[in-house]
Amino acid sequence: MVFDIYLLEAIINGLLLGGVLALLALGLNLIFGVIDVVWISYAELVMAGMYGVYWLYAFFGVPLVLAALIAIFGVAVLGFLVHYLVISPILGKPPINQLLATGGLLFFLQSFATLLFGVEFRNIGLRLPVIELWDMYFSFARILAFAAALIGMVSLYVFLKRTFMGTAIRAVAQDREIMATMGVNTRQVYLITSAIGGGLAGLAAGLLVLQYDVHPAVGLSFGPITFMICVLGGLGNLLGGFVAAFIMSQFISIGGFYLDLEWGYVIAFVFFIVMMFLRPQGILGRRG
Amino acid sequence: MLAVQDLTKQFGGFVAVNRVSFAVEEGEILGLIGPNGSGKSTVFNVVAGTLPLTAGSVRFEGKEIGGLPPDQVCHRGIARTFQIPRPFKRLSLLENVAVSAFYGQNRDISRSRAWEQAEEALALVKLPTEATATVDALGAAGLKKLELARALATQPKLVLADESLGGLDEAEMEQAADMLQDIRRQKGITIIWVEHIMGVLMRVVDRVIVLDHGEKIAEGLPRAVAEDPRVIEVYLGRQGTAAAAAADAARPS
Repeated sequence: MVFDIYLLEAIINGLLLGGVLALLALGLNLIFGVIDVVWISYAELVMAGMYGVYWLYAFFGVPLVLAALIAIFGVAVLGFLVHYLVISPILGKPPINQLLATGGLLFFLQSFATLLFGVEFRNIGLRLPVIELWDMYFSFARILAFAAALIGMVSLYVFLKRTFMGTAIRAVAQDREIMATMGVNTRQVYLITSAIGGGLAGLAAGLLVLQYDVHPAVGLSFGPITFMICVLGGLGNLLGGFVAAFIMSQFISIGGFYLDLEWGYVIAFVFFIVMMFLRPQGILGRRG
Repeated sequence: MLAVQDLTKQFGGFVAVNRVSFAVEEGEILGLIGPNGSGKSTVFNVVAGTLPLTAGSVRFEGKEIGGLPPDQVCHRGIARTFQIPRPFKRLSLLENVAVSAFYGQNRDISRSRAWEQAEEALALVKLPTEATATVDALGAAGLKKLELARALATQPKLVLADESLGGLDEAEMEQAADMLQDIRRQKGITIIWVEHIMGVLMRVVDRVIVLDHGEKIAEGLPRAVAEDPRVIEVYLGRQGTAAAAAADAARPS
């Protein structure tokens, strides 16, 4: 077979896509791993962040990097509030209640965004260059997103490994009752974890707004795939989610290369369904 | 130091602990014994704040702590171990202990001091202090020691030790009992020790309380309790009495 430079292009683009998906999966997985609650509305936090960046940059003329930093902080506060207002009162209740509550939050955020901003697709109107390398084309926005996602993930890793709060978060993920008897305020750990999860969604928002239009239902473009990546990697398993993000993104990208983009998603989802039969606990799953 | 008054804990209609009162003096090792389901662990859970109490009061150093959440009970200076060891398997051995040192009783502790404190606690129970040591390498006895080390790292005044001997062989039991005595002597820590294995406990404790069906049925010196007819009837049996008496005789006075 002749070496196909366009296939290589597709693989590299898949890798770049995987970075952002891994970032999204990391946030959702962290929250599930520590608090044992799936935020079905996680991608709607990304949507909120995208609107934030859009308004700050396109309307108020705030520099893009600053707008993204404000979005990270803002969505972190939103994550904090989601736990404080929605999750905390029903913590310890049956999982279905939590699923319904965060599902309800999804529709609330979508409708609220529609009310505020209307259904129009909005674009920040920033055209980043396309980089050409030996006949292959890469969008600069994607490279930037990949690099920033990587920095975000490495920062989180360092935080979890090198600080006592990080160690406590990892410990609570393994046994929530014990840490309390060692003097850790688990309520505080949950709130900090939720804020970090929100912050990661805010970072993703700042990166995705460079590539996609914002509209109230934009979360549906990322939410289901993020959830599937988490399940594929083993829900709550940070490393598993990371690996699964790159597997799914390659299916999408290479499938899209041989057939077309929609087929890429079809193949990725078929792969997901098959894997759920073969390994329902996920690739690196520990929980049954 | 700790005064428990009319402690009652109900689970729905089931009374797990019924109006139990006892006190622990500073520096004492108090044994809390009773058959399975007698309410020993429930007493621990209520004192440690893991379970809310239904009625009664728990006073520690003169202040009411009944109903406080577990992290605040820990900050007052009470630490506990668990009957079935529950280590954080994905953390290193040192991290397991350091995290309780950092968040334990002294909340103004520096990071480096927390690591030192973790090493001290591990050394006290004779576990490896290297940063590379893992939890996976520990056997049953090692895991029990880790439970103790995590409790000690919080710098407690009172340790609630839940079945520290379960799953250990004879020699390991003797070692564990000696270790509790050493901890009391070296650190001046008061200990309440729950156990259903009699012999070794009777050698080490100053006083014993016996629970049965959630009620206190006896309290006193180990020898007197072992000879109490009610205790013999519900719990010890003749063999147990002999073992307890033998242990008591071997006890240095």
